[in-house]
Amino acid sequence: MKPHLSAVGAGRRRLLHRVAVGAAAIGPARGVLAAPAVAADAAATPALRRFGPAPGRVERVFVAGPPAAVLVTMLAPERLLGWPMALPDTARALLPAAVRSLPVIGRLAGRGSTVKLESLLAMSPDLILDVGTVDPHYESGARRVAEATGLPVVLVDGGLARAPGRLRAVGHLLGAAGRGERLAVEAERLLDATRAARTMAKAAAGPRLYLARGPDGLETATAGAINAEALELAGGRNVAETGRAGIARVSLEQLLAWSPDGIVAQDAVLLERIMADPAWRALEAVRQRRLLVAPALPFGWIDGPPSENRLIGVHWLASRIGAGLADGGAGGAGGDAVVAAARRFYDMFYGVDPGADMINRWLRGGR
Amino acid sequence: MRSWRLPAVALLVLVVAGVAAFATGPYPISPPALLASVLARLRGADPVLLPAAEAVIWQVRGPRVLAGLLVGAALGAAGAAYQSMFRNPLVSPDILGVSAGCGLGASVAILLGLPMVLVSLSAFGTGLVAVALVVLIARRVGDQDPVLVLVLAGVAVGALLGAGISLVKLLADPSVQLPSITFWLLGGLHGVRPDDLAAAAPAVLLGITALLLVRWRIDLLTLPDDEAASLGVAVGRLRTGVVVAATLMTAAAVAISGVIGWVGLVVPHVARLLVGPTFSRLLPMAILLGATFVVIADTCARSIAPIELPLSVLTAVVGAPFFLWLLGRSRGG
Repeated sequence: MKPHLSAVGAGRRRLLHRVAVGAAAIGPARGVLAAPAVAADAAATPALRRFGPAPGRVERVFVAGPPAAVLVTMLAPERLLGWPMALPDTARALLPAAVRSLPVIGRLAGRGSTVKLESLLAMSPDLILDVGTVDPHYESGARRVAEATGLPVVLVDGGLARAPGRLRAVGHLLGAAGRGERLAVEAERLLDATRAARTMAKAAAGPRLYLARGPDGLETATAGAINAEALELAGGRNVAETGRAGIARVSLEQLLAWSPDGIVAQDAVLLERIMADPAWRALEAVRQRRLLVAPALPFGWIDGPPSENRLIGVHWLASRIGAGLADGGAGGAGGDAVVAAARRFYDMFYGVDPGADMINRWLRGGR
Repeated sequence: MRSWRLPAVALLVLVVAGVAAFATGPYPISPPALLASVLARLRGADPVLLPAAEAVIWQVRGPRVLAGLLVGAALGAAGAAYQSMFRNPLVSPDILGVSAGCGLGASVAILLGLPMVLVSLSAFGTGLVAVALVVLIARRVGDQDPVLVLVLAGVAVGALLGAGISLVKLLADPSVQLPSITFWLLGGLHGVRPDDLAAAAPAVLLGITALLLVRWRIDLLTLPDDEAASLGVAVGRLRTGVVVAATLMTAAAVAISGVIGWVGLVVPHVARLLVGPTFSRLLPMAILLGATFVVIADTCARSIAPIELPLSVLTAVVGAPFFLWLLGRSRGG
């Protein structure tokens, strides 16, 4: 007798299915939730699947979701047809001129698609690009789109450790092999810098971190999820080790039982709420102000969307971990080096310079 | 004498479940430590445990158990009132669109990036507005068969609100907001804080008190309207009163817990199997059973895995087989 809850019902069915297969976390829906990621060697080549005809000269790219949009923005902004997600003006201001004023044209995500195939065909793209999980489910979805449109569809694995290989492969695909190579080298440099921290974490010496998401901070991404892999790549250990990668809710009691060394969030307002809350203050990490707020412009440094933009986030997080998670903000240990690295990153990947002041403001939790 | 035995047993079970829930959880606190903290608090003495343990007891686990009691009691009572009033055993508290309204309010608030307090307030307000809309529409449509018109208006408005929720989900940021909306709609008590409890409790208690005051007259609503009227019942006014009371407490419950299915539908049935259909006996039983059921389900939700399991899933998984067993037993025997 709840016809109005069909949307909830669908979610519940999906969840029941996942519980049935031994899962407790909500798993992936294309471009929607988390995807398991493999923290492989940085040089590893990402899985790349092609469907439909072989792409020829690519001038117009339709991106299926946010991670692909970020990748194309970095490699060949003039090829992007439009955004799959809404972007605030503050984010648009930090993007290459070619994509700054592009309209939102919707995403392609199976049943969760917001673009009509007809409109997609009317845009006459040369290529449909999707970055994310590569598994039989998404492969079959990509194959369907290729069959329905007659267009080449490419599905690329979105794990962060494989960013260099992905930048090379997709750069080549977009006819921007030179730029892809340059960015790949920089990506390798950023990832290599965190290798020492990762080795420490493997020896169980890295700090235990909690990723706070959602309006109350009690939503998290569990160990191995694509939304939390930046924590692990930066040398932290995710406290939410549930044996199943995905986004999940936890209770504050569970969080108190975990007692993480530090809390990472990508929402400064959320961290303010956490600091003002007496129950959260029972956490040692909150009392010691070991709270890290990741910048989110033009895209998230840690998550949301899980894209190449996290390369600078991993670098920043590794340096904060190296400084013992001290509440140093931009003025803390290694602060200037992080600002310099961020300016270099924005210059290379977006061709913009937010300026040291703005980056410092972000790192202090400002907008 | 006999009529008191079952409610007394139900109350005892509720107390045992509540105490067990209070003593269970991922943060290890031994029963003696728990007792020491409670006694210290009662005497007004300084806290005796670590700050984290004190926070678990007084800020997290305690409020959560109380919220389970409150939400379960509200859904059980509202379900019992609606099933009697609508003369329909398939009716649940959200028949008039209150849950869909709450869901839409919460989804929009999450989409706008509002803090949790405003998410709850928005859910509560939208739930009330949804039902008010249903009642007004039903009045305008006419009074040939007021109950049927009310239910149909509820179903239609609910479908509209459900479409609104779907639209919000489509517009939400897929990697950040969409999971939050999904989790909210799945329901759970993990986010409940003392403030939420303090805000929701008056609404729920007010609704339950109102139903308790008119409990004798609700039985008359099961009669055809003209017969009830001939017995001196102001049918229209009483029906509106029941809708207001049930909506108030369901909206308050859903605002702090998200959408929890099954409780409001099945608890009144179990209560009816135990004490019969007379509303004055049904209502206390439905309140006690609803509270017990949600407290037990929530204890499972927070203890089975390190992450939270959605309450809606557990209420169905635990409740459905039990209900079928009870149904078979009562019909077979």
